[in-house]
Amino acid sequence: MGFCLMEGNEAMAWGAVDSGCRFFAGYPITPATTIFNALLKLLPPLGGICLQGEDEIASIGYCLGASMGGLKVMTATSGPGISLYSEHISFAIGSEIPIVIVDVQRLGPSTGSATRGADGDIQFLRWGNSGGLPVIVLAPVDVKDCYSLTVEAFNLAEEFRCPVFIASNKEIAMTRENIDMDAFGIPRIIDRSSPPPGRPFIPFEVPSDSRTPYFLPIGGRTIVRQTSSTHGPDGYITTDSDEIAGIQDRLNTKLLSAVAEFSFHESFPEEDADTLLLAYGITGRAGRDAYNALKKSGKPVSLLILKTLWPVPEELIREKAGPVNRVVVVEMNLGQYVREIERILPDKKIDFLGRMDGKLITPRQIEEVVFDV
Amino acid sequence: MSSLLNTSRPPVFCPGCSHDRITHALDKAFLNLGFQGEDVVIVTDIGCSGLFDTFFNTHAFHGLHGRALTYATGLKMAHPELNVIVTMGDGGLGIGGAHILSACRRNLDLTLLVLNNFNFGMTGGQFSATTPLNALVGSGFLNRMERPIDVCQVASSAGAPYAKRFSSYAKNLVEEMENAIRFEGFSILDIWGICPGRYTKRNRLTPKTIEDTLAKMPSMKNPVPENLRKEYGRHYRELAAHQKPVQRPTTIERQFTPPEAGRKEVIILGSAGQRIITAGEILCLAGLAAGLQTTQKNEYNITVLRGHSITEVILSPEEIGYTGIERPDVVLALSQDGVERRRHIFENLDDQSLIILGKEIDLPPCNAEVHPIDFKALKIKPHDRALASLGILAKLSRIIHPDMLESAIKYKFRSAVLASAQDMVERAKIG
Ligand code: SF4
Repeated sequence: MGFCLMEGNEAMAWGAVDSGCRFFAGYPITPATTIFNALLKLLPPLGGICLQGEDEIASIGYCLGASMGGLKVMTATSGPGISLYSEHISFAIGSEIPIVIVDVQRLGPSTGSATRGADGDIQFLRWGNSGGLPVIVLAPVDVKDCYSLTVEAFNLAEEFRCPVFIASNKEIAMTRENIDMDAFGIPRIIDRSSPPPGRPFIPFEVPSDSRTPYFLPIGGRTIVRQTSSTHGPDGYITTDSDEIAGIQDRLNTKLLSAVAEFSFHESFPEEDADTLLLAYGITGRAGRDAYNALKKSGKPVSLLILKTLWPVPEELIREKAGPVNRVVVVEMNLGQYVREIERILPDKKIDFLGRMDGKLITPRQIEEVVFDV
Repeated sequence: MSSLLNTSRPPVFCPGCSHDRITHALDKAFLNLGFQGEDVVIVTDIGCSGLFDTFFNTHAFHGLHGRALTYATGLKMAHPELNVIVTMGDGGLGIGGAHILSACRRNLDLTLLVLNNFNFGMTGGQFSATTPLNALVGSGFLNRMERPIDVCQVASSAGAPYAKRFSSYAKNLVEEMENAIRFEGFSILDIWGICPGRYTKRNRLTPKTIEDTLAKMPSMKNPVPENLRKEYGRHYRELAAHQKPVQRPTTIERQFTPPEAGRKEVIILGSAGQRIITAGEILCLAGLAAGLQTTQKNEYNITVLRGHSITEVILSPEEIGYTGIERPDVVLALSQDGVERRRHIFENLDDQSLIILGKEIDLPPCNAEVHPIDFKALKIKPHDRALASLGILAKLSRIIHPDMLESAIKYKFRSAVLASAQDMVERAKIG
């Protein structure tokens, strides 16, 4: 066994390529630029396409076109770009276009601090679309996750025909780390499913055993319609309110009902613990250090590191919080995901530790909050 | 061969709308070109021109206002053989201005029909990028101050190899469309038309006045001779075919035992141009050669050739959680800029910490063991000082030893650079 040295962004590029991604379009923006740099080297020799858009709106627009052309696509940006993606994110949700979107978060608001990390977009990723339908958001903790969650992101985008976000952070994306690339093996790859042959293709018709429509590419031998407007199964505008209600309900439940299948996390339960530490992203690592230190000093806490943030893995959180009376939520913002925890655990005491100054939350800070009951 | 018009969804334009003519002309052009529905995708955006995709039995992609060219680009790159027809109004033209310019610059084989009727029809006749200054529109007086653009002049100055303007009442409308579709490259057609639903309610515009105005416009050669060049998709595939495949990153196997046990933290404080980040990487690689886990965080100015440059490296036999450094085991203080930037760390240092210090640099008071080095006397230039300091660290057997460093340098550098790096490490003497 050996290691190589790689930053999170580069690991994501490899994860994308190994998942079958063959189209990337992006726009240079710190701290996401090195994803574009890496894919510009990786994709063309594989027959893939890597484009620099004239702006972020164009970059994600290219991706939506290419995805409907049948390619697996990815784009990557940071806060200012993710804001510009918004209208196309809504499009991808409503019109079920598979796409992986990386948000390498920087300290906001707005152009903020390009080279300082934060997890300040966590609610924005969920709600930054018109219509408010759910999305999938995964959050890597380290360089290994940057690889493996990218693979998961592609699989989920294909399986559910939806945008999947990876909520990275400058502190993971641009930090180099040891990684054992061979340890991943050959990833399990999911492709969007084609309809069974011998029947007329209806672009948004859903098989009886699934909530996700079959996919055929625009440009193939069967005519395919795609539209950003509210549409019926045939892909034409509909004004029938029952039909509309049915579609909205399907878009809502196709993800909410399935989150238990992809509730990625790391859990460290301690039998005698009365407190559960809950963290995600780069902060999960300080959480792990704090957990170890507290255990050593005979004041154990349980630890849950979430890697699926949206839809909220409610079942998982309730289960892990079951044995404790108190949950301490730690995140690199002024309190975003803690709202979800308060919502789903109304009977627990919820404490919060946040920081938004470009500095990492330290294990010591976490220990202090846990002690100071 | 038959019409590709969708008989179950006939056009629904206002009576007298010139979009209707264009719809039928486009269908004839498809017919003449021998296209089947699956040979074509019609990409549209918002407004009355955005209804086009529904009137045809072809592939269809309908999206957001002004963005049709972006989807078209992705589709065409994915399917080079597909005929990609984009329709857009003068509204979408203005909204997606950046996309128009870059489509012209790029020269991907798309055909853009600008259905130019001088206003936002669907939303109430507001002014667009082509509305004349004296027109009466739904935006009150606002259009009187904004000069309309000449679509073809803008397009050709942005590099479009095919940019033509004509009337939707032109006799050769079908032929014009065929020519544009046949052209291998980006073609943009500025098709002037009448919107009786909105525009001509308050403005006089007839097929005759359109013809007269067009006749007075500067004439253009088509294809535009100075813009003729390779089609983007073809060119892209040609260049891409010459790109070297990237090897999977090679792993470094554990060959050594590190000189010290436990987690070790190093901060290198320097300036831009001192190869601080590279030195940090070499330290990480040396750690990997001893089976250690490692992280490297960097901090430098946005203007990369100026100011501080700092790298923070952790080496540890265990998995590294928190990647910050509170109390480094070693500081390489190689520039005043770098030291000032991290002044606060020095008060945390105790006599277990080691500082390798460029002799000319002022250090805040601290309790660490300090090794001043006269780099000048050793004839070590600023850009080699970080690497040379690693040599000193190795000679002191702190965190790394010379074999670890040598193996990292060999992994990172080749030939001449390798030799000079080895020389630098050799030359570094403990002061
Ligand atoms: S509003 Fe104008 S452009 Fe739209 S259909 Fe009516 S006449 Fe045609």
